[in-house]
Amino acid sequence: MDQILGNIGLLFEFPIVNLKIVLDGVMVGALFALAAYGLALVWGVMNVKNLAQGDFVIAGGYVSWWLVQHGFPALLGVPIAFVVMWGIGWVIYKLVISRVIERDLFTSLLATFGLAIMMAQIMNLMFGSDTQSVDLGYPTLHFFDGFIDLPIAKLIGVLMASVLAAGVIIFMKSSRMGQAIRATAQDARAARVLGIDTEKVYAFTFSLNSAICGAAGAIIVMVWVIQPFYGISYSIRAFVIVTAAGLGNLPGVIAAGLGIGALEQYGSHIFGIGYQQAVAVMLLLAVLLYRLIQQRRNRQVLK
Amino acid sequence: MKKYSLLSILMAMASLLFTQAAVAACGEIVVGSAISLTGKYATNGIHAKNGYEYAIQKIRDAGGVMVDGKCYNFKVIYYDDESKGDRGATLAERLISQDKVQYMLGPYSSGMTKAIAPVSEKYQIPMVEAEGASRSLFNKGYRYLFAVLSTSEQYLASAVTLAAEMAESEGKSPSSVKVAIAVENDPFSLDIRAGVSEDAAKYGMKVIIDEQLPRDLSDMSSILTKVKLLKPDLLIVSGHSKGASTAVRQMEEQNIKVPMIALTHCEAADVTGNFGKAADDILCSTQWAETLSYKDPLFGSAAEYEQDFKKAFPEYKDKAVPYQIAQASAAVYVFKDAFERAGSLDKEKVRDAIAATDLMTFYGPIKFSDAGNNIAKPMVLRQIQNGEYNVVAPSKFASHKLNWPRN
Repeated sequence: MDQILGNIGLLFEFPIVNLKIVLDGVMVGALFALAAYGLALVWGVMNVKNLAQGDFVIAGGYVSWWLVQHGFPALLGVPIAFVVMWGIGWVIYKLVISRVIERDLFTSLLATFGLAIMMAQIMNLMFGSDTQSVDLGYPTLHFFDGFIDLPIAKLIGVLMASVLAAGVIIFMKSSRMGQAIRATAQDARAARVLGIDTEKVYAFTFSLNSAICGAAGAIIVMVWVIQPFYGISYSIRAFVIVTAAGLGNLPGVIAAGLGIGALEQYGSHIFGIGYQQAVAVMLLLAVLLYRLIQQRRNRQVLK
Repeated sequence: MKKYSLLSILMAMASLLFTQAAVAACGEIVVGSAISLTGKYATNGIHAKNGYEYAIQKIRDAGGVMVDGKCYNFKVIYYDDESKGDRGATLAERLISQDKVQYMLGPYSSGMTKAIAPVSEKYQIPMVEAEGASRSLFNKGYRYLFAVLSTSEQYLASAVTLAAEMAESEGKSPSSVKVAIAVENDPFSLDIRAGVSEDAAKYGMKVIIDEQLPRDLSDMSSILTKVKLLKPDLLIVSGHSKGASTAVRQMEEQNIKVPMIALTHCEAADVTGNFGKAADDILCSTQWAETLSYKDPLFGSAAEYEQDFKKAFPEYKDKAVPYQIAQASAAVYVFKDAFERAGSLDKEKVRDAIAATDLMTFYGPIKFSDAGNNIAKPMVLRQIQNGEYNVVAPSKFASHKLNWPRN
């Protein structure tokens, strides 16, 4: 308790720390938001709740790490991880997801949960259980007597994440495929009647999700560390963010991602870093309770 | 060319015959070991097995174990425990009741040792283990379990002593030292935390940060921000290899300046290879290093042990010999010494002889407490100096001087 009060005291004693916490949180949150956006996409279009979301992220990280080990420049890892994970996502769609798409919620949850365990174990066998990271070797910028530090690698990571997010938004808004995806999400049967090949749309959507996660993982390996069994922490955050923001609400997903990143940093500053993930899960509970109360007031049913 | 190879085959056969004749002249002491040859501990399990085998070979070459005027050689029956605790316990049972072994060498890891020790204890079979460091092994009142390695709470406790020495050298009281601790929430790291806080309390030091890292740690910047604000003199981080790599990377990013930083698992995380200069002047704990000035009549000095081991096991030629191997050899050496002092093959007499061990080895001094852990050997601290791991503590056996304060 003393430590908690002391930690809160520090926030007032050194106000600049607040800025640092928010900045750190926003940078983590940007990557959470990417994974969450992919999840919302798959959830919205084909009603599959992908529990292996985080493992796609980690797999993308390993693609990039492997490339760096074999002499490729680290920044090239992001586009290559995007492409490779697109392929892996397509294969997984054909093998597993296409078979559970029409089934009930429980089947798809079980299938993707199994997928998550498989992927983590395969990565463990391929790359070993040690943590890995890629060091870009860029310097760190320091402001305010060194209290605020901005590693250039992190800035590049956030920049790439925003470019990717912007690219996906434009694609969804203006391309034919983007329109088809949105049409399928609204009403798959109507879309089929109007001549949209929904099977193709599903495969495309799932591959796109996998590719987005892969690119996010390739950014994460440059800025933090990855390990075969870290996927679950990204899956949890993606679920929290999508639940908080709601499906089909892209600005909401991004805002929620950044917000959760910042709140987690505050939580870990005040309660200790061991409670960082607890803060995310508490937030999920709070959002669910709020939604429940809200919906009761509107006399709607939970869908 | 052909002639040579024929000749060498003949010579090999001759030497084989010769050694077999020599073996035949001696009796055999059968020792059992369930060890991880597959599964998640396989790498280190095989290290330990190689360490056992190397020591057995070395003892055979030196004329065997002399028990009451008669010579014996060790023979180990190995079973693969697949890195699973229940399997280890079953195999220990099988070694004792079917293969009738009277003595055991330990498995790899604290967890496996914890699974096997109750079995050897039940049958009153003396077991010398070299790879289980958790201190929870030594508060159960086991009578037949002995460990040659330092227990886990000692891993970083010597950093506290070192920080106290440095404070005194500056004319300050050790109690002025401020300590920050960040360890993972698992039994091994919590042991480390307990050891550090006990020693810090002994010096009257203040622990100003005491946090537990989550298991899926990838970001510890919030702890490091507090470090920057509260300015401790000693920072302790233990979170297996992910803790080490996260700490080194983010301390560099956040430009953290603490006079002394001590970590575990530096080697496993390859902090020098991954982060280069950022890892300089960090202290890392290890059970043993080949540059220590320990020596004994059988293996010679620590450096000689390393060279000879590499000759016997060429697959280690290009890397440093891990300490897991050295301590496994030391465990076999403890058995040899105990048999010779006991002058008998009776397991109770051997057990008492092991308990009375007071031995200097290439691995360090060995002397067991009543609980069975080795209380004579200090943990070694190595400092990363220009990318090299150099021993800086304990100062008596150190090869290099400590760079302090770190900047």
